[in-house]
Amino acid sequence: MISKNKYLILRRFTQIGIMALYIAANVWGVNILTGNLSSSLFLGMIPLSDPYAALQMFAAGAVISADLLIGVAIIVVFYMLVGGRAFCSWVCPVNMITDLSNYIRRKAGFNAIQKRQPASRNMRYYVILISLIISFALGVTAFEFISPISMIHRGLIFGLGFGWAAMLVIFLFDLFVLKNGWCGYICPLGGFYSILANFSFIKVSHDVDKCTECMKCKEVCPEGQVLHMVGKKTMKVLSGECTNCARCIEVCDDDALNFSIKKFIGERK
Amino acid sequence: MSNNIPEKGQKNLTRREFLLNMARTVGLVSLGGLVWSAYVDEVTASSLLLRPPGALKEDDFLSTCIKCGMCVEACPFDTLLLAKPGDNKPIGTPYFTPREIPCYMCPDIPCVPVCPTGALDQSSVTTNGKLDINVADMGLAIIDNNSCIAFWGIQCDACYRACPLLGEAISVEYSKNERTGKHALMTPVVHMDACTGCGLCEKACVTEKAAIFVLPREVALGHAGDHYIRSWDEKDEKRLENATATTTTTEISKRSAIDSLNDLGGILDD
Repeated sequence: MISKNKYLILRRFTQIGIMALYIAANVWGVNILTGNLSSSLFLGMIPLSDPYAALQMFAAGAVISADLLIGVAIIVVFYMLVGGRAFCSWVCPVNMITDLSNYIRRKAGFNAIQKRQPASRNMRYYVILISLIISFALGVTAFEFISPISMIHRGLIFGLGFGWAAMLVIFLFDLFVLKNGWCGYICPLGGFYSILANFSFIKVSHDVDKCTECMKCKEVCPEGQVLHMVGKKTMKVLSGECTNCARCIEVCDDDALNFSIKKFIGERK
Repeated sequence: MSNNIPEKGQKNLTRREFLLNMARTVGLVSLGGLVWSAYVDEVTASSLLLRPPGALKEDDFLSTCIKCGMCVEACPFDTLLLAKPGDNKPIGTPYFTPREIPCYMCPDIPCVPVCPTGALDQSSVTTNGKLDINVADMGLAIIDNNSCIAFWGIQCDACYRACPLLGEAISVEYSKNERTGKHALMTPVVHMDACTGCGLCEKACVTEKAAIFVLPREVALGHAGDHYIRSWDEKDEKRLENATATTTTTEISKRSAIDSLNDLGGILDD
């Protein structure tokens, strides 16, 4: 049971652990990790900053400080190494809400009723584009003022206010309206990390010889389209939209899916 | 929004489908963009907010603040808060409410150097290479003479005593109490050059709703413009250089000036 869920347990541990460190810094002054997911300071000296927020600031015409640039560089390099959307499945607290929606969806059999999702997963890239245009036009960081992700992690650390409404809306939207709707279709931060993840090294690989085509992986995957090779071809999951959540690895009874390191060149989608 | 970029294994779209999908995308993008920008424009319009010391001008502040809350964590008095959803303030940005907790003007200004983006500008609270909270410019204290009991003739100098720049930012002025004829009025006066907007006066004020309160400078102060110059002040006269209009736009009367006192309108004419 535990070995079947070890990545899930690890993910919950990092997600909750990171939020706990932020909360500890704000509430008790334990300054291991201060700030929040937008920008933080690790061990009192290493700056970490959200590259997508910095991009909006740049579009809005803000002067970008050296600290911010260093923080952005560290985050970009880190996620390029571990897989861009590892942020989504290993850090972002919204993941716990959308995973719950998904769980209920599977258990209640909603997916069997709503087979087709009438939306394009490319929507998130349009949202990035719009956010940058609005940032430029209004001179403010457009997504940061509406981001339910920020409302939730900031809310958990500094006081929630009406932030619970953001949680509820995402939960209900993913549960009833669109499967994986927020993280898989709309969220521009996930979209931004998807673009970044095209360059990252840690990827899930599929071995078609071991695969028995039970399709449990596709059932559980929040970004099903990235597993197009399952049962067809031995290759790595190269799409940046894969969140490296490792659910497919866990549900696979045939050891046909595993983490691997991408070679620098020569592997294409 | 339907798929407008064909994915692997999907049949090719006909021209009509392609055009319709494009049009649908344009429609959705413009609808989303309109709602989004209208909302952002509204929520960032709040101008009555007091920012931490060293904050950039509000417009620049809104584009530069990354909403990380490190200034809030650094504040030892819990003065600074991050605007929550439902506070009706630009969400996630730091502010303070002096009547609840004013800024106690820490000499080491812990909230400013921690700012990762420079939205709180250290150079604006530095004199001669040292942090100096006394040059901070969070707002300006304004006195409502009608509700300030010192103006009624009741002795109160709570704000004056609370002011960290006592005698500089607030002084007490004496005048004759015309009502009794034999008492003095001791009324507070705020000096705008020295006031940092910390709000200790607002916190100390004894009236039910504070008769002295801090407003952001852009809200509290007028602006004379370049048409009026203090000619007796050499520095002020320099502002003449900013004056741009060189021609007068109102038409000058064509009638020659007359001595109106001597012009009796013909009433004495025989």
